[in-house]
Amino acid sequence: MDDATPQTPALEAIGIGKRFDTVIANQDVNLRIEKGQIHALLGENGAGKSTLVNILFGLYRADEGEVRVNGEPVRMDSPHDAIEHRIGMVHQHFQLVPVLTVAENIVLGNEPTRGRGLLDLDRAADEVTELAERFSLAIDPGATVEDLPVGMQQRVEILRALYRKADILILDEPTAVLTPQETDHLLEVLRGLAAEGVAIVFITHKLREVLAVADQVTVMRGGRVVGTTTPAETDQAGLAEMMVGRSVVLRVAKTEARPGAGVLEIRDLHVRDDRDRPAVDGLSLEVRSGEIFGIAGVDGNGQRELVEAMTGLRTIDAGAVLLDDTDITGCTPREISELGVAHVPEDREKHGLIGPHSIADNLVLNRYFRPPYARRGLRQHAAINSDAERLVTDYDIRTESIGAPARSLSGGNKQKVITARELSHGARLLVASQPTRGIDVGSIEFVHQQIVGQRDNGVAVLLVSAELDEILSLSDRIGVIFKGRLVAIADAGDIDRATIGRLMTAGSDAA
Amino acid sequence: MNLLRSALVPLLAVVLAIATGAIIIELSGLNALEAYKALYDGALADRKGIGRTLEKATPLVMGGLAVAFAFKAGLFNIGGQGQLVIGALFAGAVGYGVTGLPWIIHMPLALLVGAIGGALWGMIAGALKATRGAHEVITTIMLNFVALNITDWLTSKVWREPGIIVRTPAIEPSAEIPRWSELPTGFALSVAAAFACWYLLERTTFGFEIRSVGLNPEAARYAGISVSRIVILTMGISGMLAALGGAIETQGVVGRYEPGFNAGLGFNGITIALLGRTHPLGVIPAALLIGAMEAGGSMMQFKADVDPEITEIIEALMLLFVATPILVRWVLRRRDASEISVGAHWGDA
Repeated sequence: MDDATPQTPALEAIGIGKRFDTVIANQDVNLRIEKGQIHALLGENGAGKSTLVNILFGLYRADEGEVRVNGEPVRMDSPHDAIEHRIGMVHQHFQLVPVLTVAENIVLGNEPTRGRGLLDLDRAADEVTELAERFSLAIDPGATVEDLPVGMQQRVEILRALYRKADILILDEPTAVLTPQETDHLLEVLRGLAAEGVAIVFITHKLREVLAVADQVTVMRGGRVVGTTTPAETDQAGLAEMMVGRSVVLRVAKTEARPGAGVLEIRDLHVRDDRDRPAVDGLSLEVRSGEIFGIAGVDGNGQRELVEAMTGLRTIDAGAVLLDDTDITGCTPREISELGVAHVPEDREKHGLIGPHSIADNLVLNRYFRPPYARRGLRQHAAINSDAERLVTDYDIRTESIGAPARSLSGGNKQKVITARELSHGARLLVASQPTRGIDVGSIEFVHQQIVGQRDNGVAVLLVSAELDEILSLSDRIGVIFKGRLVAIADAGDIDRATIGRLMTAGSDAA
Repeated sequence: MNLLRSALVPLLAVVLAIATGAIIIELSGLNALEAYKALYDGALADRKGIGRTLEKATPLVMGGLAVAFAFKAGLFNIGGQGQLVIGALFAGAVGYGVTGLPWIIHMPLALLVGAIGGALWGMIAGALKATRGAHEVITTIMLNFVALNITDWLTSKVWREPGIIVRTPAIEPSAEIPRWSELPTGFALSVAAAFACWYLLERTTFGFEIRSVGLNPEAARYAGISVSRIVILTMGISGMLAALGGAIETQGVVGRYEPGFNAGLGFNGITIALLGRTHPLGVIPAALLIGAMEAGGSMMQFKADVDPEITEIIEALMLLFVATPILVRWVLRRRDASEISVGAHWGDA
């Protein structure tokens, strides 16, 4: 790869420009992807990464500039053109048919046939198996996609691109949906593919992954390329500064916790999941005021059900949830919220916001019904708006107007709206579930500071996160959840990363 | 500006439909100009014509409101017809069955009973959805058949006027909604209802809850709103609106309940709601337009020999032209949602 003679790059973008109405999404963007290399495209939400790769994959047409594949200028009018030029893309939201099998999904669009138009599914399965072996991406071709974990579904997407003979692979935020273990697997797979000669464009805003896997890094900000570098030449702080345009505190500065009385107590809780299987299975914990209790665990070990049960959104089978010694088991979400529980939900688009409602309306979602926001059943817009103006300033929500629909915000700003609403609630307990999933570095820093600030004001914080880094940097005490139980509870200083990692995947047998 | 833009599509659709209608009339060997002159004469030329238009428009406003209101909570009420006949019959029953009351009490009482009947009828579908998850499109369609059969039975067996014709006795004068020199005052009631719906949806916390459930039921639940309660109450209000249309028709136009008299009226509500872009105030011009077509249609047939089917074709074209961009935009919005989120500093994208 390090030949003295410059190679022809696999994929090249030269002087790309793209506008949406008055908005400049890409301006004079240059990108050079070498064969057999992993090229990380790094930038905050709204930096123009997605626009760029959508142009490379033929989903958008560039207003200006040129795309070259293997040195040849090409016209990219649709994904068909991109596939013709052996470019494959794995979207952030998978484009799979859930009820079909792995093999069926992979061959979809290029199905092997027998005779006239008869599907040859046996051959499809054989071809898929062969392909999976060649790239060491083990998978069961007969499995139904909807039964597979997210990481495996992503593997199906990658195999589909390879089945179409892609030698340039674009992955749009592939790790956003993955657990730490799945992320590690994916990075290994990418290294393997690169060794086979595949050129890889890897979009992310996670610095650790970039440093772990990339050969080259291009950083974008505000629609432009800020610079191209290599992991050897930089570090996390350097990349963060390029992304954000200022130096960023990556590790939260916090003082020793001064825990007070117990606020939340959960006793032997049992909750079932959507498929009626036990998800929380005899879990007990206590969170005191002025401390952050972090729950570490691989997604799908009962975290969601735990949070939903204690906030009144899911039926509790057995056990009790106590808030300041008041039994709140079986209370409605409204009752629990009114007792002083703030909740930053895991899925901000689906549960945290009503996208078409204005930012102002979203900021009062947990209190629109009481004075001063409503009197005698009538909404008081003056109070709602003045509150919104204040929160937008205090929480640095980047928007032109509080009347804009919440869905027009970037991911980080959406999360700030939710954080602002929940933290200005005067809560005694804050339940924060994946509070920084999929948001940019600058917003992560802000949300983390807010959570620590709440703790310092005496709020009890229950933090649930699949990001081990987040748990480690914020928590005062850590509980590891495995199959619906806490298999360990320890002070943050008494447990290390490796131990938690082992407990997360194997329960207490591992310790 | 915003209002202008949202009115543009329906206006354009009407113009296109009238133009296409003219071609169809010409193709069938008639004079389009003459036909439209007759339409105008029948619907708008004099007090009588305007009165006819308003009379036709009244149940259309109410039916359109019923659909548009439910739509704000994400519900599709196809049960307007059933709710309407319940309202029409109950108002008729109180109108003839209760005697000796002064107008100021009797007339509103009959309206109220009709409205309550429709509200309860609508709530059945709401409750089935909230408690059992039954889809309201299916249940409201089924409930239409049930309502038609119940009202037929009540009319023919219980509240029947002696004689050959199956109908209820004529309502007392004290239950009538009067005309004001040719103009039906029932239309004013329907306009008041439209403004009440708009106010409820836009200004009250209850309306905020309805809209929140309609836009994102999951997030509404997280925000502590009882989605079941909203679904049941919204279907109740929607049913009440349709039923009021029937009651006004009985007390202001027909003078009694007669099966078959309001056939199809409830279904027109879907047309009106779409034409009015599911806005509570948008249904008023939409209903006036279709009302005028219906009022003038007979004159068009009488004077210009245009078959009533042609009138219906023009109405259908209007809907088609309105609905097409709505569908297109809906599809576009769904695609937008799955694509990248645009930063706020990029402006209103």
